Amino acid sequence: MSVAREHLVTLLLRLADDHLILGHRLSEWCGHAPMLEEDLAMPNIALDLIGQARALFQYAGEVEGRGRSEDDLAYLRRERKYLNCLMVERPNGDFAHTMLRQFYFAAFMHAFWEKAAASSDETVAGIAAKAVKEVAYHIRHCGEWVIRLGDGTEESAARMQAAVEALAPYVDELFETDAVSEAVAQEGVAPSPASLRGAFEATVSRVFAEAMLEMPAAAWPQTGGRQGRHGEAMGYLLADLQHMQRTYPGAVW
Amino acid sequence: MYSQGLIGAKTETTEDEAFLAAFQRRIDAEEKIEPNDPMPEGYRRTLIRQIGQHAHSEIVGMLPEGNWITRAPSLRRKAALLAKVQDEGGHGLYLYSAAETLGVSREQMTEELLAGKAKYSSIFNYPTLTWADIGAIGWLVDGAAIMNQIPLCRCSYGPYARAMIRVCKEESFHQRQGYEIMMTLANGTPEQKELAQDALNRWWWPSLMMFGPHDSDSQHGDQSMRWKIKRFTNDELRQQFVDSTVPQAEFIGLTLPDPELKWNEERGHYDFGPIDWDEFWRVVKGGGPMNKERLEARQKAWDEGAWVREAALAHAEKRKARREAAKMAAE
Repeated sequence: MSVAREHLVTLLLRLADDHLILGHRLSEWCGHAPMLEEDLAMPNIALDLIGQARALFQYAGEVEGRGRSEDDLAYLRRERKYLNCLMVERPNGDFAHTMLRQFYFAAFMHAFWEKAAASSDETVAGIAAKAVKEVAYHIRHCGEWVIRLGDGTEESAARMQAAVEALAPYVDELFETDAVSEAVAQEGVAPSPASLRGAFEATVSRVFAEAMLEMPAAAWPQTGGRQGRHGEAMGYLLADLQHMQRTYPGAVW
Repeated sequence: MYSQGLIGAKTETTEDEAFLAAFQRRIDAEEKIEPNDPMPEGYRRTLIRQIGQHAHSEIVGMLPEGNWITRAPSLRRKAALLAKVQDEGGHGLYLYSAAETLGVSREQMTEELLAGKAKYSSIFNYPTLTWADIGAIGWLVDGAAIMNQIPLCRCSYGPYARAMIRVCKEESFHQRQGYEIMMTLANGTPEQKELAQDALNRWWWPSLMMFGPHDSDSQHGDQSMRWKIKRFTNDELRQQFVDSTVPQAEFIGLTLPDPELKWNEERGHYDFGPIDWDEFWRVVKGGGPMNKERLEARQKAWDEGAWVREAALAHAEKRKARREAAKMAAE
């Protein structure tokens, strides 16, 4: 495989893993939400994320050319081969944590897909054009919750503030660049993550102003996800995710 | 997703003869009763109870299926299951809204559920032990629900009947999806076929129980039929379900766990073995394998979500106050 194709596969797996793992976390809420409307909204967002993950995995398998299907890629890699950022694998915490994590991810991905819609790679552009509409809704939905909780009761404000502090170490990793991200950016396949910081901050600061929250700078940013170094919670998540595929090797579902 | 034969509604009513006769004439003329129309108290109470049970069933039903979303065996199955569970939440929302037209709030109904005063379909007090249970639930439980719900599209109460039309379309999709999961398993490896047969063995009898007690033991069926809330009796619907499910099981090479199951040429129906009504009543009254866990999960979600709901209200109040203050300042 050429270096360029290898880079493209890595890019696609990073994106696909972000969506798969966050979709997994979000779907853990199913049936346990604070209100029925959220029991509809969260699976709905999770469904968007899984749909985006599928498109990305399928394309990754195609570019890789080794005959791996979307399920082979989603279910049958070892933990160190998953390339998602650390934020998406963080345990759900309370509803404030979950909504803030989703809002951050959506704010980042919206900026990403907007640029990627003009990708030199037709398939990436197609995925982006569809995803950007979905993720705009996620920003609206989750952003409204950040505002409601930040400017709600004393308790909700304290919980929202705690979520802001707990997730702060995982924000910087979203914008991390390396040889892969720079190479695909130069070829016009996908924007450099670092270039999206301004758009992300504009979205976040607009919502935070209404929510009366302050964006803290993380003293100790955490990183490693893009190289497959995850948190301790990741192994348990994968044990759940891979349960059936590992128990019944080769079966078709 | 699922209603079951109504349990515990009181159909007695105290209106005078003329009122009841006028109401019955509207029913007999197949007129739809709408929220602001005069109606007997017993009719209103029965409907609140039935729609409430139905709504609670949708919501509690999210739990056994939600149990397999994170472990779904492929991305395609995961997406389909997410969509299905979301549909069920949507049905719950519709149904609570339909019940609200009768003068009861969603909060009241939720509190009754959590206090154990309102029932939900007892089938959800069984555990989902394997992936095949997701197939069996779709095929059998949604299949049984459709038998119950198609006639409800013609229910005399307008909002309930209209809600059922969309619900039935989605249920029918779920049923086919569940059957397709079972078919894939039945045509798969020996281990997969074993999963499918085991799930069918465990879910078959509880599915037959979903139609409720025999007509001879049902206390309020007659009045519900006269008011055209119900159109068919529990036993008629159960028979219809058995008749349509037997060939489906045969087609995919699975065996229904009933040695007495046999085509009866004379009746034109399948005969089937006796239902264990002791088990039915035990599970209805709280003694099923999952009754405690299901209610605890709902209670936990309700309690832990209280601060979120309070915050949403508080924020809405603040917004309103700010809007009013801005308006005053402008004037």
